[in-house]
Amino acid sequence: MTAVTVPAGAVKVRLTAEEKRARILGGVYFALALFVLWAFALGVDSNLDATFKLSLPRDRVKDVEWAVNTRLVGYIVAAILAFLGGVQLTRGFAKRGNLVLGIGLLLFVLSFLAWAAAGTSFSLVGMLTSTVLLSVPVTLGGLTGVMCERVAVINIGIEGQLLSAAFVGTIVGSAFGQWTGLIAATLTGALLGAVLAVLAIKYQVDQIIAGVFINIFALGLTSFLATRVLGPNPDLNSPDRFTVIEIPLLKDIPVLGNLFFKHNLFVYATFLLVVALQVGLYYTRWGLRSRSVGEHPKAADTVGINVFRTRYLNVILGGMIAGFGGAFLTLGSTGRFEENMTAGVGFIGLAAMIFGRWNPSGVLGAALVFGFARSLQQKLGILGTPIPSEFLAMAPYIVTIIVVAGLVGRARPPAADGQPYVKQ
Amino acid sequence: MSEPMEPQGEPQPPASEEKPDGGAVWRDITGVGSRIRSALLVPALALVSALLIGGFIIAVSDTDLLKLWGEDPGAAFSDTLALVGRSYKALFDGSLGSANAVSETLFAATPLILAGLAVAVGFQAGLFNIGGEGQMLAGGMVGLYIGFTLSVPTVLHIPLALIGAVIGGGIWGGISGLLKARTGAHEVITTIMLNFIALFFVDYLLKSSIFQQPGRADPISKSIETTAQLPRILGSSYRVTLGFLIALAAAGFVYWLLYKSSIGFEFRAVGYNPDAAKYAGMNVVWLYVGVMAVAGALAGIGGANQIMGLPPYQGSSGFSGQIGFDAIALALLGRSHPVGVVWAGLLFGALTAGGRQLQGAELIPIDLVVVIQALIIVFIAAPALVRAMYRIKGEGEAAEQLTRGWAS
Repeated sequence: MTAVTVPAGAVKVRLTAEEKRARILGGVYFALALFVLWAFALGVDSNLDATFKLSLPRDRVKDVEWAVNTRLVGYIVAAILAFLGGVQLTRGFAKRGNLVLGIGLLLFVLSFLAWAAAGTSFSLVGMLTSTVLLSVPVTLGGLTGVMCERVAVINIGIEGQLLSAAFVGTIVGSAFGQWTGLIAATLTGALLGAVLAVLAIKYQVDQIIAGVFINIFALGLTSFLATRVLGPNPDLNSPDRFTVIEIPLLKDIPVLGNLFFKHNLFVYATFLLVVALQVGLYYTRWGLRSRSVGEHPKAADTVGINVFRTRYLNVILGGMIAGFGGAFLTLGSTGRFEENMTAGVGFIGLAAMIFGRWNPSGVLGAALVFGFARSLQQKLGILGTPIPSEFLAMAPYIVTIIVVAGLVGRARPPAADGQPYVKQ
Repeated sequence: MSEPMEPQGEPQPPASEEKPDGGAVWRDITGVGSRIRSALLVPALALVSALLIGGFIIAVSDTDLLKLWGEDPGAAFSDTLALVGRSYKALFDGSLGSANAVSETLFAATPLILAGLAVAVGFQAGLFNIGGEGQMLAGGMVGLYIGFTLSVPTVLHIPLALIGAVIGGGIWGGISGLLKARTGAHEVITTIMLNFIALFFVDYLLKSSIFQQPGRADPISKSIETTAQLPRILGSSYRVTLGFLIALAAAGFVYWLLYKSSIGFEFRAVGYNPDAAKYAGMNVVWLYVGVMAVAGALAGIGGANQIMGLPPYQGSSGFSGQIGFDAIALALLGRSHPVGVVWAGLLFGALTAGGRQLQGAELIPIDLVVVIQALIIVFIAAPALVRAMYRIKGEGEAAEQLTRGWAS
């Protein structure tokens, strides 16, 4: 390889790219500030208030509200954004760049909400709760991606794994109860994980094509069976859903109680899984082995790690996580299967994996951003803003492109990602 | 028509560009070489296997039959055979059984060939274009707009609408190429996201006053002028239109572009080894944009065909209907060669036409065709799997690596 000549040039290019990015970012802050000033401050009557509801009707502490003047919020947010832009252009934020960008965007959204809800009230806690719920399948999809790609197997088939598991979950759940349905869905994910593993590892099929096969196969088969089997037997598509388990005491904390402690099993399990994988990946023997197999399989093989077994194990476990996510879609959420009900969630999960830099905790953070975008879209539809609903519906997909295009910083995938390993 | 209609072995590279030591590289870039027989064997076995598994799926998804197995296995067995037999017969009758069936096959093959070429061009350059859907929608919308706004004679109207479709699809495809070249964003994710964006954008446009049919509340466009409708070429009772000939011409153009032009040489070179292409002085950024724009343009014509080639000659929500996805299996089956894509398009056209008959006669959902296509993909992509299933001794060829990971 020509590795010798690359570093010097690469470092120089990256520096200028960083500088360019910092400048663009500074411009973005100023543009946002001007836009907030024009649209969300000067664009509304000065006496309009937006009321954010911070509690739900059935909470112990009711009617917590926060009323703010829309124009005032606009002024303050515009000033902060302009300040951030100035700092970005002069000093920069060094390592905290992404964090600051996140805060800036959050303020922008706050001002936007104050504008959208001007003169009326808006259930902020309702929107945030549905953000958490909507981020669950994205997180699980992203964790599947992390499991597979940390051992250098690209899994584009997450979408198909979610969809198949959702389908099996609803049928088995309707026939034999929700717990059996959950187990069957998880096993379906494992089976499709095994299919991917065999194709990618044993037959060395192009991994992206193997994943696309899983997606098309799952879409075709579930749609076929939904029409042919579920259509005439609607009782096979009405499983008991997993009920909400409220955590005592914690559930009565204002705002946070609704956000995190009044959910069903899937939501708690997702958070636990994120923690477990984060710890597992960096502090256990399994994690070290997985990462080494993904970065340099030959070196891992040389020190006696079984590359193939590690890859099989992780891809199948990843499939199980996707299967669990698929079960959430039917058994933990809507309670019925619909054709192509995933609608791109698996791909958004992949984008969350890239955004989260192949780290479980990063995946969760990215998934919350995507969940927020989608939740915002749903709630704004209720508020009746002048923005057409189709454009709101596009938002998560546009966010994904922006994320993948690296406007929020480049990330480095595992070095051997996507390459089949041939033992020598 | 001037385009080749059967595989003719390998085209010779233009002599002016051949390098003295490039023989091995040439053989690899130009693909199958002397493996023609094996190249046809695997697709044929893939098709047969996929159809057999399809029959199995039909049998086990019949809930009445499943109950019968418990009561009277003998009757269940003969019923199953009868059902599968009737299904294959319906598939055959709907695709080749009559003159009208053949016309339906060609009619269904038209957009499939165009979208399949769009995927094939991408594969030739190492890009995986899953954006056929969005590109069809983008091209189709421009064609639609030209179709109902202009009033000019047919000889002008059809070409103008198609040129519009080429531009619309080309731009939509080019975005993915630009994103990949400038930011490294993987085309698989950007094309899929652009599909969703196009889908919603089309819904928005179809409900806007520019496009919407007056008096309608749902996303339905005005009808195009009769001068923009693609004429039927086998008489008015058969649905196959001029679009089929346009698709064949497009295949001929792609053949020329890829194997006879220097741009096509650069397309394939960047697909074979982007670093080497860059080192040889090729502008990889614009090559990626160019490849995706050409692909998008081809899919765009396919999208226009869905509006200009069939009644009610209107745009409706998601008028591309899965064809952009079917095209992936089709391009793989055709080994990304334009001639192969035409044959594969005819085959998939036959599957689609037959699938409609199957749906009508036996109430078997047409989604089965999607399953069969998925199976074809995997059998083609894993030749070793097919060889193992049929115990054929191969020359141990490895599976092709058509795409690249996130990094490059």
